[in-house]
Amino acid sequence: MDYFLTEEQQMIVDTAKDFAHKVIKPVREEHDENQTFPWEVVKKMGEAGLCGLYIPEKYGGTGLGILGLCLAVEEMSKVCSAIALSMAATGLGTFPILLFASEEQKQKYLPDIASGKRLAAFGLTEANAGSDALGMQTTAVKDGDYYILNGTKQWITNAGEAEIYSVFAVTDRNRGSRGLSAFIIEKGTPGFSFGKKENKLGIRASATRELVFQDCKIHKSAMIGSEGMGAIIAVNTLYTSRPGVAAQALGIAAGALDESINYARQRKQFGQTISSFQAVQHMLANMATEVEAARALLYATARSIDKAGDAKGFAKESAMAKLYCSDVAMKVTTDAVQIFGGYGYMKEYPVEKMMRDAKITQIYEGTNQIQRNEIAAGLIKSAASKK
Amino acid sequence: MNIVVSIKQVPGTTKVAINPATNTLIRAGVEAIINPFDMYAIEEAIRLREKFGGKVTCITMGPPQAEEALKSAIAMGADEGILVSDRAFAGSDTLATSYTLAMGIKKLGQFDIILTGKQAMDGDTAQVGPGIAQWLDIPFIAWVKKIEDVKKDAKTIRVERMMDDGYEVLEGPLPILLSVVKEINEPRTESLRGKMKAKSFKATVYSAKDIEADPDFIGLRGSPTIVNRVFVPVRSGKKELVEGATVEEKVSKVVASLRESKLVN
Amino acid sequence: MAIRVITEKCVGCKLCIPTCAQGAISFVDKKAVIDVIKCNYCGACIDACKKFKAILIEIDRKVSDQDLSLYKGIWVYAEQRNGEMASVVYELLGEGRKLAEQLGEELSAVLLGDGVTCQAEDLIQHGADNVYVVDNPKLKDFQDDTYAMAMAELCEEYKPNIVLTGATAIGRSFIPKVAVILETGLTADCTQLGIDDYTKLLLQTRPAFGGNLMATITCTNFRPQMSTVRHKVFKKASKDVSRKGKIFTKVLADDLLKSRTKLIEFVKEMESTVNLSEADIIVSGGRGLGEAKNFALVRELAELINGAVGASRAAVDAGWIPYSHQVGQTGKTVCPKLYIACGISGSIQHMAGMQSSETIIAINKDPNAPIFEIATYGIVGDLFEVIPAMISAIKNR
Repeated sequence: MDYFLTEEQQMIVDTAKDFAHKVIKPVREEHDENQTFPWEVVKKMGEAGLCGLYIPEKYGGTGLGILGLCLAVEEMSKVCSAIALSMAATGLGTFPILLFASEEQKQKYLPDIASGKRLAAFGLTEANAGSDALGMQTTAVKDGDYYILNGTKQWITNAGEAEIYSVFAVTDRNRGSRGLSAFIIEKGTPGFSFGKKENKLGIRASATRELVFQDCKIHKSAMIGSEGMGAIIAVNTLYTSRPGVAAQALGIAAGALDESINYARQRKQFGQTISSFQAVQHMLANMATEVEAARALLYATARSIDKAGDAKGFAKESAMAKLYCSDVAMKVTTDAVQIFGGYGYMKEYPVEKMMRDAKITQIYEGTNQIQRNEIAAGLIKSAASKK
Repeated sequence: MNIVVSIKQVPGTTKVAINPATNTLIRAGVEAIINPFDMYAIEEAIRLREKFGGKVTCITMGPPQAEEALKSAIAMGADEGILVSDRAFAGSDTLATSYTLAMGIKKLGQFDIILTGKQAMDGDTAQVGPGIAQWLDIPFIAWVKKIEDVKKDAKTIRVERMMDDGYEVLEGPLPILLSVVKEINEPRTESLRGKMKAKSFKATVYSAKDIEADPDFIGLRGSPTIVNRVFVPVRSGKKELVEGATVEEKVSKVVASLRESKLVN
Repeated sequence: MAIRVITEKCVGCKLCIPTCAQGAISFVDKKAVIDVIKCNYCGACIDACKKFKAILIEIDRKVSDQDLSLYKGIWVYAEQRNGEMASVVYELLGEGRKLAEQLGEELSAVLLGDGVTCQAEDLIQHGADNVYVVDNPKLKDFQDDTYAMAMAELCEEYKPNIVLTGATAIGRSFIPKVAVILETGLTADCTQLGIDDYTKLLLQTRPAFGGNLMATITCTNFRPQMSTVRHKVFKKASKDVSRKGKIFTKVLADDLLKSRTKLIEFVKEMESTVNLSEADIIVSGGRGLGEAKNFALVRELAELINGAVGASRAAVDAGWIPYSHQVGQTGKTVCPKLYIACGISGSIQHMAGMQSSETIIAINKDPNAPIFEIATYGIVGDLFEVIPAMISAIKNR
């Protein structure tokens, strides 16, 4: 399929692919097995220019938009989505700054993020506020020029490794969704600590921890936007970042498909390669069709956002891309394990990891159930507005 | 700091095959790459620039298509690329090649450190690096596995030279030529920014006239060595697999012959 | 220099096309046409056109102003470090003796260092007719500047016909500088030497393209003819304590022996105590070992038969064993009496580094592994069964 990529976009694909094979592939198993964070890879990812694709040039990035981000995440996720996530989750933590922070805040944080020197993370979810993110307990109480934060954020990707956190807290319980605010909090701030590292099914090279705030004093200049804008910032960030998760899922699926085709052409049973059996052929055909459809939907969504310069108008589409790509990832990786048979179940082959890694894409950054809500809400809203 | 890296474009060796009928290289499917050993030199040059500032210039001698090697070097992060190219250079042996590159580097002007890979993957001679140093009359250290320190103001460098039984720590003045070994670093992949830069990159081409080369020292005319015959070596093996019903049987046969030839007790 | 196709002789057979590594040959009106921009004058097409002799290279070479007849004798560079003679020197004396006899010239050794004069007798007993010695405190440590200068001075004064040096870390470092100073040809890493019956030129044969091709090279018009020679290819000269020879002690002016680089310290590395290039027996492990801890099996076998441990690039890249153990084009070139390859499939790069071993045992699961092509004994089987079986067979004699 020709997606009419520009020369620059094609270069992103080539660079990310080369990087994934030369740098990520040799270490992916080890990081997965030991749950270690791939700092040495992240450093090189920065050198290769893959960390600042979505950040404008004036902040040290390359300004190649959401599609640029997606292409890189997809290529790297074909080899290891957990390692690609170090950069993709940084994107999630960076969008609040990119979309809503002051010029001064942007100048302060974006160049280091673009160069891969520092990672970012997004602190929204809490133990009792998952899909119901607005029901959060963490509070930020004003005290002169400062806010005092108390509460715990849960399952935060990159936590402990990142240095820059976009954190959401309740500043006025009485104002409901207007009572949330967002802050940029740096690692090392007194009163800000991390919980233990989670032991996960998949994306094991990615670090997931709690963010713990105990009387954490933050100057008001660390607030993103103004008081009460938290919900708007969170929602717009998620609209913008969803294509990134979709790209991660797509990468996993495409990687599993490549592995499956190669394996099917080598593996011999009954005196012939299993790729000559129709049962296997049909599985491969379905996998390939779904991957291609997922890609078409994702690229179209990313292009729409880039063209509009804003994801606001594409909440429904970005939810569709995230929903579809992640469902495809789960299905394709499950089928990939099936094609590999017993070998697929073993850690010597890469597809069992891909299957484990795929599952999270249906869960985080809004479960696929929440995505369906979003899509339906979008449909009803646009139908209503036509009247 | 001005760092010059002398590189060579070579066939991607894994794909080099010989036509047994004609004893010659089969060209089909052979892609040209930067000599893998030179990748370490380019990487080290970029690291030096990152540490001390300055400029990395890659220079290569070869046909016009060797510009591709310079492009890859730019994509990795080199600043400039010089292609020393002229029909008059064809047929150069290591003496003529080192002379030509030395003249090219001379034309380039100021340099503090010249880096090369320890040898080229196709010729395996390791003679061009020391040759360039001699033509330029600058010190040379081979098999460098680590640059310990560069004193920019005092213009000295301290390096580790790999020997068979360990390494030597050596100090020398700048400018200097170093040939580096694989242990020195891990070359980076081409960066996005580098690729974008490489896209519009055009190598500066130096002809024989540009570098004011003495016609007696370049090309086939300036090459004292002559290749008389090229042939495919006879393999020593008989390609006989040891027969035996069990592993023990096969092994005991082999061990018996080893004892017979006194290779083991 | 020019290359041309004699169109009257060209029959349009196209045999030359696939031989051109540069893709410089095309056909126009059923006749070969050579693109002189692409051509690198390698001469492969001329070989292909032997039958019709339709391709011609007209070579224009510089003529030497040397009087070639003044250059006599075969020289061997007697490489020593801290008073220890490199073993390749004895091999060069052995081979050099043969060349000297074929040419009817003398064999000499060159000894550079500090307090090394005492070693001259040993060189004579191994076949040198003469030993040229520069014994100077300034030559205590090997430095390219001083050693190259001393060697070049001796060559200019005594005019040897042939200069042989071991292709060692030291030899390959400074001899290229000597060749430049003398403006003569140097052939690297030779594995075969001979004298042409008719021209009396030194025929220097060396591997190229990772050992896939051999090339025989001559240095026709310039002297000395210089080669570096691979270790463990030639037989060591035998020692004869009754041999007599002459020792020439040469004093060089101090300003000739100035080194711009200086040695700060030497760090011996334990890892390298197993010097692969010196070992008579090497047991190597590759990808087939599966993981680092399985190298224990290779080590056990190696220890039992007094061998060194080698490895393929795959095993080194996987981090199972340090790089200093790597055998192959990107690692060490070895030539032991016995090489046992365990779980190594035999990439071109690996085989280039070990294929001149006298006896090669290959152990591999895959009967189609390329390593079997060069093996003296090929054992198809699981190395986890074969090696233990071999260990017990050697133990229980």
